[in-house]
Amino acid sequence: MKIIVVGCGKIGTTIIHNLVSEGHDVVALDYNAEIINDITNMYDVMGICGNATDYETLVEAGVKESGLFVAVTSHDELNMLSCRIAKKMGAGLTVARIRNPEYNGQSLDFMCDVLDISKSINPELLAAHEIFNILKFPSAVKVEYFSRGNFEMIELKLRDNSILDGMSLMDLRNKYKSKVLISAVQRDDKVVIPDGRFVLKSADRISITATPSEIQSFLNELGLLQKKARNIMILGGSKIAYYLSKMLLNEGNTVKIIEQKRERCLELCDALPNAVIINGDGAEQELLFEEGITELDAFVSLTGMDEENILISIFAASQNVPKVISKVNRTELAAMAEKLGLDTIVSPKDTTANIIVRYARAVENSLGSSVETLYKLMDGQAEALEFNVRNDFEHINIPFKDLEFKSNILIAGIIRGKESIIPGGNDYILPGDNVIVLASGHKLNDLSDIIK
Amino acid sequence: MNRRMILYMIGKIIMIEGALLTLPLCVSLLYKESCAASFLITIVLALVAGFILTRAVKPKKEVFYAKEGFVIVALGWVVMSAIGALPFTISGEIPNYVDAFFETVSGFTTTGASIVADVEAMSKGILFWRSFTHWVGGMGVLVFIMAVVPNTSDRSIHIMRAEMPGPVVGKLVPKASDTAKILYKIYIGITILEVLLLSLGGMPIFESFVHTFGTVGTGGLGVKADSIASYSPYLQWVITVFMLICGINFNLFYLLLIKRFKSVFRSEELWVYIGIVIAAIVAISINIYHMYGSLSEVIRQSAFQVASIITTTGYATTDFNLWPGFSKAILFVLMFIGGCAGSTAGGLKQSRLILLFKMIKREFRHMLHPRSVGVVKFEDKAVSDETINGVGIYLAIYCVCFFTIFLIVSLETLDFESNFSAVAACFNNIGPGFNIVGPAGNYAGYSILSKVVLSIAMLLGRLEIYPILFLLSPTTWSKNK
Repeated sequence: MKIIVVGCGKIGTTIIHNLVSEGHDVVALDYNAEIINDITNMYDVMGICGNATDYETLVEAGVKESGLFVAVTSHDELNMLSCRIAKKMGAGLTVARIRNPEYNGQSLDFMCDVLDISKSINPELLAAHEIFNILKFPSAVKVEYFSRGNFEMIELKLRDNSILDGMSLMDLRNKYKSKVLISAVQRDDKVVIPDGRFVLKSADRISITATPSEIQSFLNELGLLQKKARNIMILGGSKIAYYLSKMLLNEGNTVKIIEQKRERCLELCDALPNAVIINGDGAEQELLFEEGITELDAFVSLTGMDEENILISIFAASQNVPKVISKVNRTELAAMAEKLGLDTIVSPKDTTANIIVRYARAVENSLGSSVETLYKLMDGQAEALEFNVRNDFEHINIPFKDLEFKSNILIAGIIRGKESIIPGGNDYILPGDNVIVLASGHKLNDLSDIIK
Repeated sequence: MNRRMILYMIGKIIMIEGALLTLPLCVSLLYKESCAASFLITIVLALVAGFILTRAVKPKKEVFYAKEGFVIVALGWVVMSAIGALPFTISGEIPNYVDAFFETVSGFTTTGASIVADVEAMSKGILFWRSFTHWVGGMGVLVFIMAVVPNTSDRSIHIMRAEMPGPVVGKLVPKASDTAKILYKIYIGITILEVLLLSLGGMPIFESFVHTFGTVGTGGLGVKADSIASYSPYLQWVITVFMLICGINFNLFYLLLIKRFKSVFRSEELWVYIGIVIAAIVAISINIYHMYGSLSEVIRQSAFQVASIITTTGYATTDFNLWPGFSKAILFVLMFIGGCAGSTAGGLKQSRLILLFKMIKREFRHMLHPRSVGVVKFEDKAVSDETINGVGIYLAIYCVCFFTIFLIVSLETLDFESNFSAVAACFNNIGPGFNIVGPAGNYAGYSILSKVVLSIAMLLGRLEIYPILFLLSPTTWSKNK
């Protein structure tokens, strides 16, 4: 499919990277010639330098033939306007980045409707959601939800001398009563979809899929269940901090935000009356002690600098804060931060790129069994997809033991009505089911892609 | 530098060449000629070598950067010419390997300079291969690989940039491989059209193919000693028109296909190209009017020669060596101008020339009004200072290479005009020059050293200098420079 991406900043570039590796025909548009030059040197895309609201430029980019138009410049208004123009010129679907909190209130739906924008994305809000979910499950490094919240996927990092060390998955199933599935394991940068004979080791990063209550009881049995974080400190008063605090305060938690700029502090005070806003430099350890870093449930570092986030997070971890979350945007730094012991890293641009990729896949195969949810896990080496099964799916009602699946594919769960099934060999797929598939090394567009 | 990737790509190039050699093999089998054996031997050698290179040195990482792109293209062209020369030597039609190498380089670089004295004595298979190299070299062999091999790398733009002529190489569609496919489709379309028109005009089918390859690749090797002179005026006009067509930027044909006529119409380069062609035809026609009987013949002769030289093809319908000095001077200037960027023609390229003149204009104004600010615009778009500098530096390096080669070739005992025009004709990928190397002569009189140097000159001209210079430069190969 032909996709036009407007704005090639951090988020735009990540989106382009993901879309190109999905095999789409991508046109990159930016007003900065140097950025376009770099992009065309790095990725197999066509670069166009110009204004995204200019008719001629959009004609040159081939808007008419494009199936998806993604506007992710730093200006909300520009994104909205160029989406509107592109739509009028015949673009298939349009996605605009709209991140100003004022636009993200109740007027958002109305505005999208008026401007004919198919989907609005707000990376900051998405990142805030992601952090919020993790704070509910502090022992996980990542938490994702499938449709209607009936199914969850969490990622755990096995600590040294974890009780799971040396245990095979078969033993695990016999020993614990909880119906959970270990669906993917990352060990030394390699991702495997494990079978029953697979033996876990400490330092593995595992992903578990199950219903929320089963995951709760499984973590309980392992002794890993931490209580929900209630007392949270946020470093940096960014947009993410605003959205996150709002969600946390709504649930009755206590939030303390440390922000360097006085004006921003005042704005935050106005917007978040229940939060404690501290005007100061979070890099000063004295300040952190004064504000009680040793008594926190969780510490979230959200400054604009990746390096600062990493270093202060390491400091917070050394003060035995139970949960430390850091925002790191640059992929290469995120990998290094993980090596330094920070396990929970949130990257707004990756989250956003995942959503665009999922959207592109859903657009592409709106005829087959559509992709409802897509998560990339373990640095993008594996994917979890949720498909909605249509009536015309070929392999309906056949037990899994009689089907031949491709390698490195796992059916992690079936949601049938209100029932959530961890499938075994005797289970089968029915029309209307939602099927969760884990895959590594495949690009799945359709549910039938999993069968050999 | 990713040496394994370079070797792997070279292996692929050799395999493709082996596959392409089956065409002349079929031709020689069709005419039941003995040279078929030489093609068979070369194909086997190429496939074995290519197979070993692509299998034995599986690259660990498939990424490459600008540096690798340049080296792959330069080395690929040298290796391709070395292998393409084998059938000539094995069949004994050009016994000396250096001569055969010169002939093949001349073919692939679409130059059309020949060391063969008696073309008409050569076998059909060999003649076919000689001209087919024009067709392959015209659009570029790596572009061909990009079009036929699926899953090219993210960075294949580096290869495309190194092989395609012009100051700025852009893509027509987002994917490089799709762009390559479109270019080849247009190229094949033009080829088929010309073969049809030529054979309809009464040219034998074999000769139609050979001359079409020579025309669309802007090469210039034919099957007759007097080039195109003995064909009917209709055939000469067909070749004239197709030479001019292939000197146009191929991107414009794509714009025509997707019906963006306005963009084509507004192309500055196209208008300058048409303007220069018409001006040259008119000037020469007036100058040579007394030499020919009728106006139509005068126009035909001057149009054919102008088209042949400006598109750097090198066919001739008359011995322009005998023309008056002014006409020869015009042709000589046209040699350096060349066709449009993104075409199969050689030379400095129209777009560079336009940019150079605009730079001069800006500099003049800047000298008169030191505080003036000027932006050079081309095709309605501001040109970055980087590109402008690139054009200036290209001209400088072009002159340095030209005069170095000229000095070496001047060691020959031949006259000044022959040597100078020989270097100009090889370096700009034209083929025939003046005097001894004129349309009626050939390059057989040059020594081995000169032939090697002229072969390098042809490669420099086709690949626009940089790739070959990088290949020869030790810093490219050292680890950390």
